[in-house]
Amino acid sequence: MSLLQVKNLVVEFPSRHGTLRALDEISFDIAPGEILGVVGESGAGKSLTGASIIGLLEPPGRIASGQILLEGQRIDNLNNDQMRSIRGRKIGAIFQDPLTSLNPLYSVGKQLTETIQAHLPVSDQEARQRAIALLQDTGISAAAERIDHYPHQFSGGMRQRVVIALALAAEPQLIVADEPTTALDVSIQAQIISLLKNVCKKRGAAVMLITHDMGVIAETCDRVAVMYAGRIAEIGPVHQVINHPEHPYTVGLMASIPDMDVDRERLNQIDGAMPRLNAIPKGCAFNPRCPQVFDRCLQERPDLAAVSRSGQNTPTQVACWLHHANTLEGVS
Amino acid sequence: MSVPNSPQNSQALVIARDLAKTFDVSAPWLSRVIERKPRQLLKAVDGVSFEIERGKTLALVGESGCGKSTVARLLVGLYEPTRGGLTFDGQDAHAAFKSSDAKAMRKRIQMIFQDPYASLNPRWTVEAIVGEPLHEHGLIKDEQELKDRVAELLKSVGLSALDMVKYPHQFSGGQRQRISIARALATAPEFLVCDEPTSALDVSVQAQVLNIMKDLQRERGLTYLFISHNLAVVRHVSDKVGVMYLGQLVELADKHTLFDNPQHPYTRMLLDAIPKMKDTGRARTPVQGEVPNPLNPPPGCSFNPRCPLANDRCRIERPVLKNINGIKIACHAVEEGRH
Repeated sequence: MSLLQVKNLVVEFPSRHGTLRALDEISFDIAPGEILGVVGESGAGKSLTGASIIGLLEPPGRIASGQILLEGQRIDNLNNDQMRSIRGRKIGAIFQDPLTSLNPLYSVGKQLTETIQAHLPVSDQEARQRAIALLQDTGISAAAERIDHYPHQFSGGMRQRVVIALALAAEPQLIVADEPTTALDVSIQAQIISLLKNVCKKRGAAVMLITHDMGVIAETCDRVAVMYAGRIAEIGPVHQVINHPEHPYTVGLMASIPDMDVDRERLNQIDGAMPRLNAIPKGCAFNPRCPQVFDRCLQERPDLAAVSRSGQNTPTQVACWLHHANTLEGVS
Repeated sequence: MSVPNSPQNSQALVIARDLAKTFDVSAPWLSRVIERKPRQLLKAVDGVSFEIERGKTLALVGESGCGKSTVARLLVGLYEPTRGGLTFDGQDAHAAFKSSDAKAMRKRIQMIFQDPYASLNPRWTVEAIVGEPLHEHGLIKDEQELKDRVAELLKSVGLSALDMVKYPHQFSGGQRQRISIARALATAPEFLVCDEPTSALDVSVQAQVLNIMKDLQRERGLTYLFISHNLAVVRHVSDKVGVMYLGQLVELADKHTLFDNPQHPYTRMLLDAIPKMKDTGRARTPVQGEVPNPLNPPPGCSFNPRCPLANDRCRIERPVLKNINGIKIACHAVEEGRH
């Protein structure tokens, strides 16, 4: 059974000029221990999806319809207190900027033990032991000493390790990591990504990894969802989406990334920009930029549908009319 | 410090010789006296030399704090070097920046900044933003000529002439960066210093901006210094690449040489750290350690605490940039052939 199920999630922001639909019928699920990548450009709705799952949607944004289920239980309609007991215990969160995720006034150890004791019935001594073990697991040397240091005494990469340790403190089954390496340098990024991957595998935690870096997704994830203008354009196994993208947006996105192995005079570019929320075109949201647009795209909105390819157990799902001719039956 | 084996290339438009910039980051005088603390100097850039030929692109790569942005600011005259100098088209640029003829030099060297949200005045129209350099350098006679020139500049970066009445907030990140490029091009410069011009942009938009920059270079014979931490982008835009670590150039080579056959252990580490699209699910052993505190750099080679090839010599003696097998490299291990 899926660990997390998101069903037709709609997030809206009421504004003076009418209601803006930031997430439009998002559906996906994450299996236990699976790493799902979520990519897209800024404003595509990837962080909002993460925030909805951990119940940290900023008002006036609200879940207008749809469901989020964790282990079969609905968590989208819980109140703040109920959600607080799930956040940390069942779903851990890692954010982009490690400095703002840590309280500068408390030592790292204090923050870790507090988190552990908030969720697990352990003694002070035991909590401290666990905290040291967590720091060791996340690659902090001399953890027994460094546990009493304050966040400002750690470097950026070390802080992000502490944040990962915090997210894992109460042994959640799901980690929502929102751009965990974007603020870090490349060499540190590589360390943090492999750490996240290994630690989660060791503890059997599933990860929803939100990033705009396709390279990070390629190395880390099992499956990937490509988002565009508040919708999922394509979702499927990572090697499939990267090597055989189906949606014209994914195709363009992949081609616009500078390649380390191929010399090209010009990069492939997708002309135009992603539409603003108040100006999402009728039909497929990508239609003004799509090189293969035809009549139906301007009128009707495509839903995700599986694309059949021989030799695949888990087919890619694409929201594109081009692929609706050869869809599989019975997959929604 | 002199640079050995540096051929005097008369072709080069930009020649940096032993550029250095030291910042005084000491505590205030009174605290120093009371707490008996010495002055603290931060060597942001410590002896960097390179040449850029006309119409070519030199890229500088490195992690945050390696001094690449300081080099950019030295080249456009926003900082004065602590040591060393810069020759631009045969002239001493920093002497020119201080002379009465500074404007003539500034006109020829322009800069594009990283953050298109911070580098454009939100209260000015695009016409005012792009037109300011034209006014400042007295390149236009009247309002009509200003409008014509601004329209022309906007068109050259793929925007519409009608955009000139708008304000920056009406544009997306990529469009704003094009406005920055139009502004930098206003004085018809020969040399553009681009400090991370695409790192704030999404990949599909990054591709648009990089294409425009390449097109402009071809059309106008521009010379670029391109600063980035993204090696894939650097590989796409540059002719030569310099790798910086803690204020020094550790390797400087032709693009293909550097990417196909990296020599310095730090360059290799950087290249290895890039996530590869082709190898889905690749397991890797990332290099451990972080960039040391530049206030207190290790003795000898500054990379030695993280270097797999470090020996006693590396911990004592600082390597200088030398010509080894046609590339410039600062590494004892490569020099001694034990890599």
